[in-house]
Amino acid sequence: MSPLLDIAVEHQLGQFKLDASFTSNGRLTALFGRSGSGKTSLVNVIGGLIRPARGRVLVDGEVLVDTKHGVFVPKHRRRIGYVFQEARLFPHLTVRQNLLFGRWFAPREGRDSIAFEAVLDLLGIGHLLERRPTGLSGGEKQRIAIGRALLANPRLLLMDEPLASLDEARKAEILPYIERLRDEIGIPIVYVSHSVAEVARLATTLVVVDQGAIKACGPTAEVMSRLDVAGLSGAAEAGSILEAEIVSHDAEYHLTSLRTQAGLLQVSRSALPVGGHVRVRILASDVLISLTPPTGVSALNILPGTIAAIGRRREGAAVELVIDCNGESLLARLTTKSVAALALKQGSQVYAVIKSVSVETS
Amino acid sequence: MSDWLSPEEWTAVRLSLVVATTAMLASLPLGLGVAFLLARGRFWGKSLLDAAVHLPLIMPPVVTGYLLLIGFGRRGPIGQFLYDYFGIVLSFRWTGAVLAAAVMGFPLMVRAIRLSIEAVDRKLEDAAGTLGASPAWVFLVVTLPLCLPGIVVGMILCFAKAMGEFGATITFVSNIPGETQTLPSAIYTFTQVPGGEAGATRLTLISIAISVAALFVSEWMARFVGRRIAVE
Repeated sequence: MSPLLDIAVEHQLGQFKLDASFTSNGRLTALFGRSGSGKTSLVNVIGGLIRPARGRVLVDGEVLVDTKHGVFVPKHRRRIGYVFQEARLFPHLTVRQNLLFGRWFAPREGRDSIAFEAVLDLLGIGHLLERRPTGLSGGEKQRIAIGRALLANPRLLLMDEPLASLDEARKAEILPYIERLRDEIGIPIVYVSHSVAEVARLATTLVVVDQGAIKACGPTAEVMSRLDVAGLSGAAEAGSILEAEIVSHDAEYHLTSLRTQAGLLQVSRSALPVGGHVRVRILASDVLISLTPPTGVSALNILPGTIAAIGRRREGAAVELVIDCNGESLLARLTTKSVAALALKQGSQVYAVIKSVSVETS
Repeated sequence: MSDWLSPEEWTAVRLSLVVATTAMLASLPLGLGVAFLLARGRFWGKSLLDAAVHLPLIMPPVVTGYLLLIGFGRRGPIGQFLYDYFGIVLSFRWTGAVLAAAVMGFPLMVRAIRLSIEAVDRKLEDAAGTLGASPAWVFLVVTLPLCLPGIVVGMILCFAKAMGEFGATITFVSNIPGETQTLPSAIYTFTQVPGGEAGATRLTLISIAISVAALFVSEWMARFVGRRIAVE
């Protein structure tokens, strides 16, 4: 079976050179990288807004671009929905007309594969239909833009930092809708972001873009704990992701126990029922290393493991380590002095003391 | 009121309105096309086209009228062609007055429409494209509605210019009562005869009234259209 996305393109944009190739089968493929790394150019190539100088773009096996054979499907025939950074709603149309815009042009068959009411429901925008875009909040506009793209009945949905222009409260308002989109509607999504938190929460497949090239591509947890990627995402945000299942709730201390492959974790009480699946993120800077089983420390979460790799020293004193905890990779950041003092090397048996765990999927 | 104006004066008023309206409507499709070309097109000779469109604005109107006479007169190359193949005569007819008015108003119309097309956010057009709209549909349902205020302004400017056009008209189609004598020509005629001051004043007042009305209509329409498409 051909992969959902199969991309290999070269393109020169002024001084910037895009030379990227990757394949993905993820439900939500995140293109992750710093601003200016070429993520947006890459989705523009997929969406047909940029015509690449060389290369090919295949979606679901269908050739959209193949410069060798002179194939270039124009954007209006690609059936690829695009949610831009700014909502780009049509100011001369009502919300309803905006939402139904794509439907006028969609092929007759499959036009109603996504019911209008279902989208209104999914995005919570039913009460806005007769309004005009002017005067809506940023979050409302962005939800309408998502609905508009969905109702054009796309086979692929591109989202270019759809939360970037929103404040934290609005982001928190929209994130659950994007999760529902990923889990309830069968349209694969390509999501551009420079935020580790968003990627950690949403992505099933992670593609790391740096200076116009693909640095890594694979399942999110795997890619995130790679040392070279940790360096890219910036010191403050490097961390690892673990898949977890809720085992029990503790009423007295208001805690929830999670089972991960690496071991049991305790986090502040989650609202989800026992048996539910969540994703947790542990920042590299929140992990301490101990050579002996630590006693008399306040941290609740201590996982045994072995050091799998030690990263290169970056600017400053910090260095990142990958700890293999029963097959899961945990990223830790220490000072080079600690690494020397503890004589840490590949294969050392250690205990990872975790100061805090954030639950990413609510 | 019909006692207030003589039949000849009424004819001049009516003729002026007909000529200006026809000139405005007839130049709209071409004006839209040229404005779109100038705003979006990338082709050899674009600045040449730009200059040609603006020429009537900077040349003395009499020169424009004379060029029209040479080109579109009965013996002019274009005039002869139109007469031989379509039986159309422009010189010394009201249709010629329309042509003269349209040519003079054209640069104003194109300028206004061009500016409004340039102001349309291309990102909205891209968004419409990703929603499945072909370039022609994008133009019809996104670009055109968004530059409607500019189109309205362009039409009003063209109408106003056509109402006031004198030099090119009188040179090209002369000053024939009932055929080519528009308001300005009629006022000019009154000033040339003894005792014509009263008539000239009456027609001047009417001229002012029409101009003010056109201004109000354009204001109102621009506001109406603008409210509908207020940019975020």
